[in-house]
Amino acid sequence: MTTDTTAAPDTAPNSEKRTALYAQHQALGATFTDFGGWQMPLKYGSELAEHRAVREAAGLFDLSHMGEIWVAGPGAGAFLDYALVGKLSAIAVGKAKYSLICAEDGGIIDDLIVYRVAEEDYLVVPNAGNAPTVAAEFEARLAAFAAARGAEAGVTLRDASAETSLIAVQGPNAQDILLAIVPAEHADAVTGLKYYSAIELEAAGVPVLLARTGYTGEDGFELFVANGRAAELWAAVRAAGEGRGLVPCGLASRDSLRLEAGMPLYGNELSRDVTPFEAGLGGVVALKTKEGDFVGRSALQAKKDDGAGTTSGRRLVGLRGLGRRAARSHYQVLKDGQAIGEVTSGQPSPTLGYPVALAYVAVELSEVGTQLDVDLRGKTEPFEVVALPFYKREK
Amino acid sequence: MSRVQTGLRYSEEHEWLDVEQSPAKVGVSAVAADALGDVVYLDLPEVGSEVTAGTTCGEIESTKSVSDLYSPVTGTIVEVNQEAIDNPALVNEDPYGAGWLFAVEVSAEGPLLSAEEYASKNGGEL
Repeated sequence: MTTDTTAAPDTAPNSEKRTALYAQHQALGATFTDFGGWQMPLKYGSELAEHRAVREAAGLFDLSHMGEIWVAGPGAGAFLDYALVGKLSAIAVGKAKYSLICAEDGGIIDDLIVYRVAEEDYLVVPNAGNAPTVAAEFEARLAAFAAARGAEAGVTLRDASAETSLIAVQGPNAQDILLAIVPAEHADAVTGLKYYSAIELEAAGVPVLLARTGYTGEDGFELFVANGRAAELWAAVRAAGEGRGLVPCGLASRDSLRLEAGMPLYGNELSRDVTPFEAGLGGVVALKTKEGDFVGRSALQAKKDDGAGTTSGRRLVGLRGLGRRAARSHYQVLKDGQAIGEVTSGQPSPTLGYPVALAYVAVELSEVGTQLDVDLRGKTEPFEVVALPFYKREK
Repeated sequence: MSRVQTGLRYSEEHEWLDVEQSPAKVGVSAVAADALGDVVYLDLPEVGSEVTAGTTCGEIESTKSVSDLYSPVTGTIVEVNQEAIDNPALVNEDPYGAGWLFAVEVSAEGPLLSAEEYASKNGGEL
Protein backbone atom coordinates (compact mmCIF):
# COMPACT_ATOMS: atom_id res chain seq x y z
CA MET A 1 0.00 0.00 0.00
CA THR A 2 1.02 3.57 -0.45
CA THR A 3 -0.68 5.90 1.91
CA ASP A 4 -2.06 9.39 1.61
CA THR A 5 -2.49 10.53 5.17
CA THR A 6 -3.62 13.57 7.05
CA ALA A 7 -1.79 12.56 10.23
CA ALA A 8 0.80 9.95 9.41
CA PRO A 9 1.56 7.52 12.21
CA ASP A 10 5.20 7.71 13.14
CA THR A 11 6.48 4.51 14.66
CA ALA A 12 10.08 5.70 14.75
CA PRO A 13 10.21 8.46 17.36
CA ASN A 14 12.76 11.09 16.41
CA SER A 15 11.64 14.43 17.80
CA GLU A 16 13.17 15.56 21.05
CA LYS A 17 10.37 16.68 23.28
CA ARG A 18 8.43 14.32 25.51
CA THR A 19 5.73 15.29 27.97
CA ALA A 20 5.93 14.47 31.68
CA LEU A 21 3.44 11.67 30.95
CA TYR A 22 5.47 9.89 28.27
CA ALA A 23 6.09 6.83 30.46
CA GLN A 24 2.35 6.55 31.15
CA HIS A 25 1.63 6.55 27.41
CA GLN A 26 4.31 3.93 26.78
CA ALA A 27 2.89 1.71 29.51
CA LEU A 28 -0.54 2.02 27.88
CA GLY A 29 0.91 0.84 24.55
CA ALA A 30 0.41 4.16 22.76
CA THR A 31 1.29 4.64 19.13
CA PHE A 32 3.25 7.90 19.05
CA THR A 33 3.27 10.65 16.47
CA ASP A 34 5.41 13.71 15.98
CA PHE A 35 3.21 16.76 16.51
CA GLY A 36 4.53 20.29 16.82
CA GLY A 37 7.96 18.93 17.72
CA TRP A 38 6.63 16.66 20.45
CA GLN A 39 6.25 12.91 20.72
CA MET A 40 2.54 12.61 21.43
CA PRO A 41 0.20 9.64 21.70
CA LEU A 42 -1.70 9.26 18.42
CA LYS A 43 -3.90 6.50 19.82
CA TYR A 44 -3.74 3.80 22.46
CA GLY A 45 -5.90 1.24 20.70
CA SER A 46 -8.69 2.05 18.29
CA GLU A 47 -9.07 5.77 17.58
CA LEU A 48 -12.74 5.16 16.77
CA ALA A 49 -13.31 3.63 20.20
CA GLU A 50 -11.54 6.64 21.76
CA HIS A 51 -13.71 9.03 19.75
CA ARG A 52 -16.90 7.25 20.81
CA ALA A 53 -15.82 7.17 24.45
CA VAL A 54 -15.65 10.99 24.46
CA ARG A 55 -19.09 11.31 22.84
CA GLU A 56 -20.71 8.71 25.11
CA ALA A 57 -18.74 8.65 28.39
CA ALA A 58 -15.34 10.33 28.83
CA GLY A 59 -11.85 10.60 27.41
CA LEU A 60 -8.53 11.59 29.00
CA PHE A 61 -6.00 13.52 26.91
CA ASP A 62 -2.42 14.61 27.53
CA LEU A 63 -2.15 18.08 25.98
CA SER A 64 1.11 19.04 27.63
CA HIS A 65 2.56 20.00 24.25
CA MET A 66 0.40 23.15 24.31
CA GLY A 67 2.17 26.34 25.34
CA GLU A 68 1.54 28.36 28.52
CA ILE A 69 2.62 32.01 28.60
CA TRP A 70 1.81 34.12 31.65
CA VAL A 71 1.23 37.82 31.11
CA ALA A 72 1.16 39.72 34.39
CA GLY A 73 1.16 43.22 35.77
CA PRO A 74 -1.01 46.35 35.74
CA GLY A 75 -0.48 46.73 31.98
CA ALA A 76 -1.27 43.09 31.11
CA GLY A 77 -4.76 43.68 29.76
CA ALA A 78 -3.74 46.69 27.67
CA PHE A 79 -0.74 44.79 26.33
CA LEU A 80 -2.88 41.83 25.25
CA ASP A 81 -5.31 44.24 23.58
CA TYR A 82 -2.33 45.48 21.56
CA ALA A 83 -0.75 42.08 20.86
CA LEU A 84 -3.91 40.13 19.99
CA VAL A 85 -6.96 40.92 17.86
CA GLY A 86 -9.53 40.63 20.67
CA LYS A 87 -10.35 42.86 23.63
CA LEU A 88 -8.78 40.82 26.39
CA SER A 89 -8.86 43.64 28.95
CA ALA A 90 -12.64 43.14 28.97
CA ILE A 91 -12.48 39.51 30.16
CA ALA A 92 -13.83 39.14 33.69
CA VAL A 93 -11.54 37.51 36.25
CA GLY A 94 -12.11 33.75 36.11
CA LYS A 95 -13.24 33.80 32.49
CA ALA A 96 -11.52 32.84 29.24
CA LYS A 97 -11.68 34.03 25.66
CA TYR A 98 -10.72 32.52 22.31
CA SER A 99 -8.44 34.87 20.37
CA LEU A 100 -5.95 35.20 17.54
CA ILE A 101 -2.51 36.66 17.13
CA CYS A 102 -2.12 38.16 13.67
CA ALA A 103 0.82 39.51 11.71
CA GLU A 104 0.90 43.14 10.49
CA ASP A 105 -0.60 41.92 7.18
CA GLY A 106 -3.54 40.31 9.00
CA GLY A 107 -2.37 36.71 8.50
CA ILE A 108 -2.99 34.41 11.45
CA ILE A 109 0.14 33.53 13.46
CA ASP A 110 -1.81 31.37 15.92
CA ASP A 111 -5.15 30.84 17.56
CA LEU A 112 -5.10 30.71 21.32
CA ILE A 113 -7.13 30.80 24.50
CA VAL A 114 -6.59 33.56 27.05
CA TYR A 115 -7.60 32.97 30.68
CA ARG A 116 -7.84 35.87 33.12
CA VAL A 117 -6.78 34.07 36.25
CA ALA A 118 -6.56 37.20 38.45
CA GLU A 119 -7.00 40.95 37.98
CA GLU A 120 -3.44 41.33 36.69
CA ASP A 121 -2.69 37.73 35.66
CA TYR A 122 -3.47 36.28 32.28
CA LEU A 123 -2.58 32.82 30.97
CA VAL A 124 -2.21 32.57 27.20
CA VAL A 125 -2.33 29.08 25.67
CA PRO A 126 -0.95 28.85 22.13
CA ASN A 127 -0.60 25.72 20.01
CA ALA A 128 2.44 23.50 20.58
CA GLY A 129 4.14 24.16 17.28
CA ASN A 130 3.54 27.90 17.52
CA ALA A 131 4.39 28.41 21.19
CA PRO A 132 8.00 29.54 20.61
CA THR A 133 6.86 31.91 17.84
CA VAL A 134 4.11 33.39 20.00
CA ALA A 135 6.53 33.84 22.92
CA ALA A 136 9.00 35.65 20.62
CA GLU A 137 6.21 37.80 19.14
CA PHE A 138 5.07 38.75 22.63
CA GLU A 139 8.60 39.89 23.53
CA ALA A 140 8.84 41.99 20.36
CA ARG A 141 5.34 43.41 20.78
CA LEU A 142 6.01 44.23 24.42
CA ALA A 143 9.01 46.32 23.37
CA ALA A 144 6.86 48.21 20.83
CA PHE A 145 4.04 48.56 23.35
CA ALA A 146 6.36 50.03 25.97
CA ALA A 147 7.99 52.37 23.44
CA ALA A 148 4.58 53.68 22.34
CA ARG A 149 3.60 54.36 25.93
CA GLY A 150 6.89 56.15 26.57
CA ALA A 151 6.85 54.70 30.06
CA GLU A 152 7.00 51.46 31.98
CA ALA A 153 4.74 48.95 30.27
CA GLY A 154 3.85 47.37 33.60
CA VAL A 155 3.93 43.93 32.00
CA THR A 156 6.01 40.84 32.70
CA LEU A 157 6.04 37.83 30.41
CA ARG A 158 6.83 34.32 31.59
CA ASP A 159 6.89 31.36 29.22
CA ALA A 160 5.96 28.43 31.47
CA SER A 161 5.47 25.96 28.60
CA ALA A 162 8.43 23.77 29.56
CA GLU A 163 7.33 23.33 33.16
CA THR A 164 3.56 23.05 32.72
CA SER A 165 1.51 19.99 31.86
CA LEU A 166 -2.06 20.02 30.63
CA ILE A 167 -4.54 17.18 30.74
CA ALA A 168 -8.11 17.23 29.50
CA VAL A 169 -11.10 15.24 30.68
CA GLN A 170 -13.82 15.46 28.04
CA GLY A 171 -17.24 13.91 27.66
CA PRO A 172 -20.62 13.66 29.37
CA ASN A 173 -19.10 11.94 32.41
CA ALA A 174 -16.28 14.47 32.81
CA GLN A 175 -17.99 16.40 35.60
CA ASP A 176 -18.66 13.26 37.65
CA ILE A 177 -15.01 12.28 37.31
CA LEU A 178 -13.87 15.74 38.47
CA LEU A 179 -16.28 15.65 41.41
CA ALA A 180 -14.69 12.39 42.51
CA ILE A 181 -11.26 14.00 42.90
CA VAL A 182 -11.99 17.48 44.28
CA PRO A 183 -12.65 18.11 47.99
CA ALA A 184 -16.35 18.23 48.89
CA GLU A 185 -16.16 21.96 49.61
CA HIS A 186 -15.15 22.56 45.98
CA ALA A 187 -17.95 20.47 44.48
CA ASP A 188 -20.16 23.51 43.91
CA ALA A 189 -17.27 25.35 42.27
CA VAL A 190 -16.93 22.49 39.78
CA THR A 191 -20.63 22.04 39.03
CA GLY A 192 -21.06 25.82 38.85
CA LEU A 193 -18.05 26.39 36.62
CA LYS A 194 -19.35 27.82 33.35
CA TYR A 195 -18.03 27.09 29.87
CA TYR A 196 -14.88 29.17 29.20
CA SER A 197 -14.31 29.76 32.91
CA ALA A 198 -11.44 28.69 35.13
CA ILE A 199 -10.68 28.36 38.82
CA GLU A 200 -7.63 27.46 40.89
CA LEU A 201 -8.22 24.54 43.25
CA GLU A 202 -6.80 21.20 44.34
CA ALA A 203 -7.74 18.02 42.53
CA ALA A 204 -6.55 14.78 44.11
CA GLY A 205 -4.41 16.96 46.38
CA VAL A 206 -2.66 18.53 43.40
CA PRO A 207 -2.88 22.30 42.77
CA VAL A 208 -4.44 22.86 39.34
CA LEU A 209 -5.97 25.57 37.25
CA LEU A 210 -9.24 23.92 36.29
CA ALA A 211 -10.86 25.27 33.13
CA ARG A 212 -14.13 24.30 31.52
CA THR A 213 -12.77 24.35 28.00
CA GLY A 214 -12.06 21.80 25.34
CA TYR A 215 -11.68 20.91 21.71
CA THR A 216 -14.10 18.06 21.34
CA GLY A 217 -17.62 19.51 21.18
CA GLU A 218 -18.46 17.88 24.52
CA ASP A 219 -18.66 19.19 28.04
CA GLY A 220 -15.28 18.85 29.68
CA PHE A 221 -12.37 20.24 31.59
CA GLU A 222 -8.74 21.11 31.05
CA LEU A 223 -6.36 20.95 34.00
CA PHE A 224 -3.09 22.89 34.07
CA VAL A 225 -0.62 21.31 36.46
CA ALA A 226 3.09 21.51 37.26
CA ASN A 227 5.10 18.83 35.42
CA GLY A 228 6.20 17.27 38.71
CA ARG A 229 2.61 16.56 39.74
CA ALA A 230 1.23 15.54 36.35
CA ALA A 231 1.69 11.78 36.73
CA GLU A 232 -0.05 11.83 40.10
CA LEU A 233 -2.99 13.78 38.69
CA TRP A 234 -3.20 11.55 35.60
CA ALA A 235 -3.35 8.44 37.81
CA ALA A 236 -6.02 9.99 40.05
CA VAL A 237 -8.19 10.92 37.07
CA ARG A 238 -7.82 7.44 35.62
CA ALA A 239 -8.80 5.88 38.94
CA ALA A 240 -11.83 8.19 39.21
CA GLY A 241 -12.72 7.25 35.64
CA GLU A 242 -13.03 3.56 36.46
CA GLY A 243 -16.69 2.63 36.12
CA ARG A 244 -17.35 5.93 34.35
CA GLY A 245 -16.19 4.82 30.93
CA LEU A 246 -13.04 6.97 30.90
CA VAL A 247 -10.65 6.02 28.11
CA PRO A 248 -7.19 7.50 27.42
CA CYS A 249 -7.39 9.23 24.05
CA GLY A 250 -4.74 10.23 21.53
CA LEU A 251 -4.43 13.00 18.99
CA ALA A 252 -6.20 10.98 16.27
CA SER A 253 -9.49 11.09 18.16
CA ARG A 254 -8.82 14.68 19.26
CA ASP A 255 -8.66 15.60 15.57
CA SER A 256 -11.83 13.74 14.57
CA LEU A 257 -13.70 15.17 17.57
CA ARG A 258 -12.72 18.77 16.84
CA LEU A 259 -13.56 18.33 13.16
CA GLU A 260 -17.07 17.13 13.98
CA ALA A 261 -17.38 20.13 16.29
CA GLY A 262 -16.37 22.40 13.37
CA MET A 263 -13.34 23.77 15.20
CA PRO A 264 -10.35 24.95 13.15
CA LEU A 265 -6.88 23.46 13.53
CA TYR A 266 -3.86 25.68 13.07
CA GLY A 267 -1.84 24.41 10.12
CA ASN A 268 -4.97 23.06 8.43
CA GLU A 269 -7.65 25.76 8.47
CA LEU A 270 -5.55 28.57 9.91
CA SER A 271 -2.20 29.88 8.69
CA ARG A 272 -0.25 33.03 7.93
CA ASP A 273 -1.92 33.02 4.52
CA VAL A 274 -5.40 33.23 5.99
CA THR A 275 -7.15 36.21 7.59
CA PRO A 276 -9.73 35.79 10.35
CA PHE A 277 -12.54 36.91 8.03
CA GLU A 278 -11.93 34.11 5.55
CA ALA A 279 -11.80 31.61 8.41
CA GLY A 280 -15.20 32.74 9.70
CA LEU A 281 -13.53 34.26 12.76
CA GLY A 282 -14.30 37.91 12.01
CA GLY A 283 -16.20 38.11 15.28
CA VAL A 284 -12.97 37.53 17.18
CA VAL A 285 -11.47 40.73 15.71
CA ALA A 286 -12.43 43.69 17.90
CA LEU A 287 -12.21 46.45 15.28
CA LYS A 288 -15.19 48.28 16.75
CA THR A 289 -14.74 47.79 20.48
CA LYS A 290 -11.01 48.49 20.69
CA GLU A 291 -10.08 52.13 20.37
CA GLY A 292 -6.32 51.72 20.45
CA ASP A 293 -4.02 50.32 17.85
CA PHE A 294 -3.24 46.63 17.74
CA VAL A 295 -0.90 44.58 15.57
CA GLY A 296 -2.57 43.92 12.23
CA ARG A 297 -5.32 46.49 12.73
CA SER A 298 -4.95 48.50 9.54
CA ALA A 299 -4.59 45.40 7.34
CA LEU A 300 -7.57 43.74 9.00
CA GLN A 301 -9.69 46.89 8.62
CA ALA A 302 -8.83 46.99 4.92
CA LYS A 303 -9.68 43.29 4.50
CA LYS A 304 -12.98 43.81 6.24
CA ASP A 305 -13.75 46.84 4.07
CA ASP A 306 -12.96 44.70 1.02
CA GLY A 307 -15.56 42.18 2.16
CA ALA A 308 -12.98 39.42 2.60
CA GLY A 309 -14.78 36.17 3.40
CA THR A 310 -18.22 37.67 2.88
CA THR A 311 -18.41 39.22 -0.59
CA SER A 312 -14.93 38.63 -1.95
CA GLY A 313 -12.28 35.93 -1.94
CA ARG A 314 -12.80 32.62 -0.18
CA ARG A 315 -14.51 31.38 2.91
CA LEU A 316 -14.18 28.38 5.20
CA VAL A 317 -17.22 26.10 4.93
CA GLY A 318 -18.38 22.73 6.14
CA LEU A 319 -18.91 20.03 3.52
CA ARG A 320 -20.96 16.89 3.87
CA GLY A 321 -20.08 14.00 1.60
CA LEU A 322 -23.07 12.54 -0.22
CA GLY A 323 -21.12 9.37 -1.10
CA ARG A 324 -19.12 7.13 1.20
CA ARG A 325 -15.68 8.44 0.34
CA ALA A 326 -14.01 11.06 2.52
CA ALA A 327 -12.27 14.19 1.27
CA ARG A 328 -8.81 14.78 2.70
CA SER A 329 -6.61 17.80 3.27
CA HIS A 330 -5.41 19.48 0.03
CA TYR A 331 -7.99 17.78 -2.22
CA GLN A 332 -9.47 20.18 -4.75
CA VAL A 333 -13.07 21.34 -4.54
CA LEU A 334 -14.79 21.64 -7.92
CA LYS A 335 -17.89 23.26 -9.39
CA ASP A 336 -18.79 22.11 -12.90
CA GLY A 337 -15.28 20.69 -13.22
CA GLN A 338 -13.55 23.97 -12.32
CA ALA A 339 -11.37 24.19 -9.21
CA ILE A 340 -13.02 26.66 -6.81
CA GLY A 341 -11.43 25.68 -3.51
CA GLU A 342 -9.42 23.28 -1.39
CA VAL A 343 -10.16 20.91 1.46
CA THR A 344 -8.26 21.67 4.68
CA SER A 345 -9.45 18.76 6.88
CA GLY A 346 -11.66 15.80 6.17
CA GLN A 347 -12.53 12.31 7.24
CA PRO A 348 -15.46 9.98 7.77
CA SER A 349 -17.41 11.27 10.78
CA PRO A 350 -17.55 8.49 13.37
CA THR A 351 -20.59 10.02 15.08
CA LEU A 352 -22.60 11.03 12.02
CA GLY A 353 -21.70 8.17 9.73
CA TYR A 354 -20.94 10.25 6.65
CA PRO A 355 -17.84 12.06 5.39
CA VAL A 356 -17.29 15.60 6.67
CA ALA A 357 -14.73 18.17 5.62
CA LEU A 358 -13.70 21.76 6.10
CA ALA A 359 -12.72 23.61 2.93
CA TYR A 360 -11.99 27.05 1.61
CA VAL A 361 -14.28 27.82 -1.34
CA ALA A 362 -15.06 30.92 -3.38
CA VAL A 363 -17.51 33.05 -1.35
CA GLU A 364 -20.16 32.95 -4.10
CA LEU A 365 -20.28 29.16 -3.64
CA SER A 366 -20.24 29.17 0.16
CA GLU A 367 -24.02 29.24 0.79
CA VAL A 368 -25.45 26.34 2.77
CA GLY A 369 -27.00 23.87 0.33
CA THR A 370 -24.57 24.56 -2.52
CA GLN A 371 -23.72 21.35 -4.38
CA LEU A 372 -20.01 20.91 -5.06
CA ASP A 373 -17.66 18.08 -5.99
CA VAL A 374 -14.36 17.03 -4.49
CA ASP A 375 -11.61 15.41 -6.53
CA LEU A 376 -10.81 12.25 -4.55
CA ARG A 377 -7.59 11.12 -6.12
CA GLY A 378 -8.91 11.38 -9.66
CA LYS A 379 -12.54 10.46 -9.02
CA THR A 380 -15.07 13.14 -8.16
CA GLU A 381 -17.65 12.69 -5.42
CA PRO A 382 -20.55 15.02 -4.62
CA PHE A 383 -20.45 17.15 -1.47
CA GLU A 384 -22.88 19.73 -0.11
CA VAL A 385 -22.14 22.89 1.86
CA VAL A 386 -23.67 22.49 5.33
CA ALA A 387 -23.86 24.68 8.43
CA LEU A 388 -21.19 24.28 11.11
CA PRO A 389 -20.75 22.60 13.48
CA PHE A 390 -21.38 19.18 11.95
CA TYR A 391 -22.06 17.79 15.41
CA LYS A 392 -23.62 19.59 18.36
CA ARG A 393 -24.16 17.85 21.66
CA GLU A 394 -27.61 17.77 23.24
CA LYS A 395 -27.59 19.89 26.36
CA MET B 1 -1.70 -12.00 17.75
CA SER B 2 1.71 -11.85 16.20
CA ARG B 3 2.07 -8.93 13.84
CA VAL B 4 3.51 -11.03 11.05
CA GLN B 5 1.90 -14.41 10.52
CA THR B 6 4.13 -17.32 9.52
CA GLY B 7 3.19 -19.50 6.55
CA LEU B 8 2.17 -16.50 4.44
CA ARG B 9 4.19 -14.48 1.96
CA TYR B 10 4.17 -10.71 1.76
CA SER B 11 4.56 -7.91 -0.73
CA GLU B 12 6.71 -4.84 -0.08
CA GLU B 13 3.43 -2.93 0.01
CA HIS B 14 2.20 -4.95 3.03
CA GLU B 15 -0.27 -7.30 1.35
CA TRP B 16 -0.17 -10.95 2.36
CA LEU B 17 -0.73 -13.89 0.03
CA ASP B 18 -1.88 -17.34 1.11
CA VAL B 19 -1.46 -19.93 -1.65
CA GLU B 20 -2.23 -22.81 0.72
CA GLN B 21 -5.88 -21.91 0.23
CA SER B 22 -7.45 -22.53 -3.15
CA PRO B 23 -8.12 -20.10 -4.63
CA ALA B 24 -5.32 -18.03 -3.09
CA LYS B 25 -6.35 -15.33 -0.64
CA VAL B 26 -5.00 -11.81 -0.24
CA GLY B 27 -5.22 -9.39 2.67
CA VAL B 28 -3.15 -6.73 4.40
CA SER B 29 -0.70 -7.40 7.23
CA ALA B 30 -1.33 -6.51 10.85
CA VAL B 31 1.64 -4.13 10.56
CA ALA B 32 -0.24 -2.25 7.85
CA ALA B 33 -3.60 -2.47 9.60
CA ASP B 34 -2.10 -0.92 12.75
CA ALA B 35 -0.44 1.85 10.78
CA LEU B 36 -3.64 2.66 8.91
CA GLY B 37 -5.79 3.04 11.97
CA ASP B 38 -9.43 2.02 11.98
CA VAL B 39 -10.46 0.96 8.48
CA VAL B 40 -13.82 2.43 7.49
CA TYR B 41 -14.14 1.71 3.77
CA LEU B 42 -12.86 -0.84 1.29
CA ASP B 43 -12.82 -0.42 -2.47
CA LEU B 44 -12.00 -3.92 -3.77
CA PRO B 45 -11.62 -5.16 -7.35
CA GLU B 46 -14.70 -6.71 -8.93
CA VAL B 47 -15.15 -10.44 -9.27
CA GLY B 48 -14.03 -11.48 -12.75
CA SER B 49 -11.64 -8.59 -13.15
CA GLU B 50 -7.95 -9.08 -13.91
CA VAL B 51 -5.32 -7.83 -11.51
CA THR B 52 -1.62 -7.37 -12.19
CA ALA B 53 1.13 -7.99 -9.64
CA GLY B 54 2.55 -4.77 -8.24
CA THR B 55 -0.24 -2.51 -9.52
CA THR B 56 -3.11 -0.90 -7.67
CA CYS B 57 -6.39 -2.77 -7.58
CA GLY B 58 -8.34 -0.90 -4.95
CA GLU B 59 -8.25 1.39 -1.94
CA ILE B 60 -8.38 1.08 1.80
CA GLU B 61 -9.76 4.06 3.65
CA SER B 62 -9.25 4.54 7.37
CA THR B 63 -10.31 7.35 9.65
CA LYS B 64 -7.01 9.12 9.00
CA SER B 65 -5.90 8.08 5.56
CA VAL B 66 -6.63 6.50 2.22
CA SER B 67 -4.19 3.95 0.83
CA ASP B 68 -3.81 2.17 -2.47
CA LEU B 69 -4.24 -1.55 -2.38
CA TYR B 70 -1.72 -3.42 -4.54
CA SER B 71 -2.19 -6.90 -5.88
CA PRO B 72 0.71 -9.19 -4.94
CA VAL B 73 -0.13 -11.47 -7.88
CA THR B 74 -1.39 -11.43 -11.47
CA GLY B 75 -4.65 -13.27 -12.05
CA THR B 76 -8.43 -13.21 -12.01
CA ILE B 77 -10.51 -12.16 -9.01
CA VAL B 78 -12.86 -15.00 -8.07
CA GLU B 79 -14.26 -13.69 -4.80
CA VAL B 80 -14.22 -10.59 -2.63
CA ASN B 81 -14.87 -10.60 1.11
CA GLN B 82 -18.34 -9.08 1.33
CA GLU B 83 -18.28 -9.34 5.13
CA ALA B 84 -15.21 -7.12 5.25
CA ILE B 85 -16.83 -4.64 2.83
CA ASP B 86 -19.87 -4.49 5.11
CA ASN B 87 -17.75 -4.37 8.28
CA PRO B 88 -14.30 -2.96 7.46
CA ALA B 89 -13.29 -3.16 11.14
CA LEU B 90 -12.58 -6.85 10.43
CA VAL B 91 -9.38 -5.72 8.71
CA ASN B 92 -8.14 -4.33 12.05
CA GLU B 93 -9.59 -7.06 14.23
CA ASP B 94 -8.45 -10.09 12.25
CA PRO B 95 -6.27 -9.06 9.29
CA TYR B 96 -5.07 -12.63 8.60
CA GLY B 97 -8.47 -14.25 9.09
CA ALA B 98 -11.95 -12.74 8.81
CA GLY B 99 -10.41 -9.54 7.45
CA TRP B 100 -9.09 -11.10 4.23
CA LEU B 101 -9.82 -8.98 1.13
CA PHE B 102 -10.07 -11.03 -2.06
CA ALA B 103 -9.47 -14.47 -3.56
CA VAL B 104 -7.65 -14.75 -6.84
CA GLU B 105 -6.92 -17.39 -9.47
CA VAL B 106 -3.17 -16.83 -9.73
CA SER B 107 -1.45 -16.85 -13.11
CA ALA B 108 1.81 -15.26 -11.96
CA GLU B 109 3.29 -13.99 -8.70
CA GLY B 110 5.01 -10.68 -8.18
CA PRO B 111 8.17 -10.38 -6.04
CA LEU B 112 7.23 -11.62 -2.57
CA LEU B 113 8.94 -11.82 0.81
CA SER B 114 8.91 -14.69 3.25
CA ALA B 115 7.33 -13.99 6.64
CA GLU B 116 10.83 -13.80 8.14
CA GLU B 117 12.02 -11.32 5.52
CA TYR B 118 8.89 -9.20 5.87
CA ALA B 119 9.13 -9.21 9.66
CA SER B 120 12.77 -8.15 9.66
CA LYS B 121 12.01 -5.30 7.26
CA ASN B 122 9.14 -4.03 9.37
CA GLY B 123 10.43 -4.55 12.86
CA GLY B 124 7.58 -6.97 13.29
CA GLU B 125 7.39 -10.07 15.42
CA LEU B 126 6.64 -13.50 14.05
